[in-house]
Amino acid sequence: MSFLQLQALGKRFGEHTAVAGFDLEVEQGEFIAFLGPSGCGKTTVLRMIAGFETPSAGVIRIGDEEMTRLPANRRHIGMVFQSYALFPNMSVYDNVAFGLKIAGMAKCEIDARVREMLALIDLEPLAGRYAYQMSGGQQQRVALARALAPRPRVLLLDEPLSALDARIRVALRDDIRRIQRELGITTVFVTHDQEEALSISDRVVVMHQGRADQIGSPAQIYNRPATRFVASFVGILNTFEARVVAPGESLVEMAGQRLCVPALGQRAAVAAGDSVTLALRPEAFGIQPHGADDVALDGEVLDCRFLGSVIRVQAEVAGQRIACDIFNQAGTLEPRPGERIELHFSAGDVLLLDD
Amino acid sequence: MRRRQVERMRRWPLLSWSIVLLAAGYFLLPLYATFQFSLGMQRGELSFAAYHWLFGSDRFLDSLSYSAVASLLAILAGTLLVVPTVYWVRLKLPQARGFVEFASLLPLIIPPIVVVFGYMRLYGDGSWLPLTTSDGRLDLLLVIGYVVLALPYMFRAVDTGMAAIDIVTLTEAAESLGASRWRIVVSVIFPNVRSAIVAGAFLTLSISLGEFVMASLLSRPAFGPYLVQMGQDYAYQPAALAILAFVITWACMALMQFFALRKPGQRVLPRLWAERTTKKEREVS
Ligand SMILES: Nc1ncnc2c1ncn2[C@@H]1O[C@H](COP(=O)(O)OP(=O)(O)OP(=O)(O)O)[C@@H](O)[C@H]1O
Ligand SMILES: [Mg+2]
Repeated sequence: MSFLQLQALGKRFGEHTAVAGFDLEVEQGEFIAFLGPSGCGKTTVLRMIAGFETPSAGVIRIGDEEMTRLPANRRHIGMVFQSYALFPNMSVYDNVAFGLKIAGMAKCEIDARVREMLALIDLEPLAGRYAYQMSGGQQQRVALARALAPRPRVLLLDEPLSALDARIRVALRDDIRRIQRELGITTVFVTHDQEEALSISDRVVVMHQGRADQIGSPAQIYNRPATRFVASFVGILNTFEARVVAPGESLVEMAGQRLCVPALGQRAAVAAGDSVTLALRPEAFGIQPHGADDVALDGEVLDCRFLGSVIRVQAEVAGQRIACDIFNQAGTLEPRPGERIELHFSAGDVLLLDD
Repeated sequence: MRRRQVERMRRWPLLSWSIVLLAAGYFLLPLYATFQFSLGMQRGELSFAAYHWLFGSDRFLDSLSYSAVASLLAILAGTLLVVPTVYWVRLKLPQARGFVEFASLLPLIIPPIVVVFGYMRLYGDGSWLPLTTSDGRLDLLLVIGYVVLALPYMFRAVDTGMAAIDIVTLTEAAESLGASRWRIVVSVIFPNVRSAIVAGAFLTLSISLGEFVMASLLSRPAFGPYLVQMGQDYAYQPAALAILAFVITWACMALMQFFALRKPGQRVLPRLWAERTTKKEREVS
């Protein structure tokens, strides 16, 4: 049985349904990211786990204990907020010690634990500082230490990095992951930044309109998006309208080409003549033929951006603008706007989107 | 046009200065005159005889200390009433804030004389809760009256103080660390609105210290009725009293500023604070 279980969780605010039928099982020590656009209910689910909102439906379990109605202060769940929320009247030391004092720990134990936590976030020299004397990044580290100090069973972070600038965001993100691994603490991390979600989590929950659209590893989410929403929300996607030619052989016609799309085989009810939506990631394209199931498309280069390791080419193919990322290898000629270009992809990389 | 004015001000610093001096004079001259007059008790020479007289008078000291104690009790009761109320309203009933604010302003609209007559009717002899039957009960009624009089100021001060911190998130942070509501109010909310409470407290003090209507109608031996009595009976002593009252008020304002501007962690003596911090920093590293 998994450690943190959410079953059919739902939350209504008056008429408005913020979360509906949300199921999730998290293993002990796992790092889960909730990813989704603004207003999709990420914070609401997190707050229900923390006990700040009462679910309208469903069950929350941690270990084999039911938490659904337990008050927040008896759940042993650590929380980190976007706005840091350090107690302004307390020093860093006292902030970190706060939860330990409430737990009734002995003074020397508290001292040892606070030191340990401050060492973990690398801020021992700032023990005497107050929130207004620290940068946002430092404050958020302290908030993390404060949340972790009482050894909570689950750590929740609600967009903890949103208020920080890009460089600190990446550094702190890696720190959070390192500390999470060190302590082996079960963690749920909310973000609307897909790079953040994909880069640090074991599994990603993509949320859409109060539901979990897809739950899977970052690679699964990116390479095998389960719904049209996930496909379009995570990464850049080129979509093509296509017509089914022979469902038995997974044969479709797209941009004047016939190709075999293996993904079509998994769909039950398709008949010849049906229209389907296919999608390709920019990096699925190349300028060299791909091998056995190669498909070539003719296009005209519209724009070219040099991004370092890749060159992003915008091209017009069959009357449609598509984006492709071409690896920047030595000897690759940079395409120029106005040139004709032949783009290749492998039919196996084609994603089939649901309608 | 505004810009022209500003430029003229800049070209004529004399003008702005004279306005300031004029305004200062408007306030300071009467004060100076009162002070001058209060020094004239002994014919033909300037002396502090009137002040001497006051500090030698039992009634002065008694009424002042009576009012001071009543004010302090009113501050205590007001704080215990207002802080949890404002906190709860902001946390759980934000839609009720307008109503609570309106209710807290009522003492400004309803004259104290009406309030005190209301009290006497409501809590008089033979009522369900008689509070006018003994001196101790009348004292209690006076303190309650002061709490009500100071409510608009106390509420405003505390409400502004709470607006400055994100009490909802702080409360949640403390809750997730296991703190009970009571613990949160005591160790997170109170300390963070301390300067607001202090500001409200000094306002309460300056209102209730010289308050006349309630004290005199409840016939309490307070400072306000004493001031009025003195004004009728003596010449020089009231002037000295006015100056003293002024000094007390200004001392309150200065203290209020001091507490309002103090940041957490700053001690009264900065040196001590610095030592404490470095000690702790050294300890941890
Ligand atoms: N207290 C509330 N009362 C009424 N509606 C609410 C409340 N809290 C959230 N909602 C609504 O529930 C929906 C989900 O909100 P939630 O805060 O969970 O979104 P989110 O995914 O965290 O968005 P963001 O990325 O902007 O933080 C939104 O439509 C929001 O308007
Ligand atoms: Mg949110």
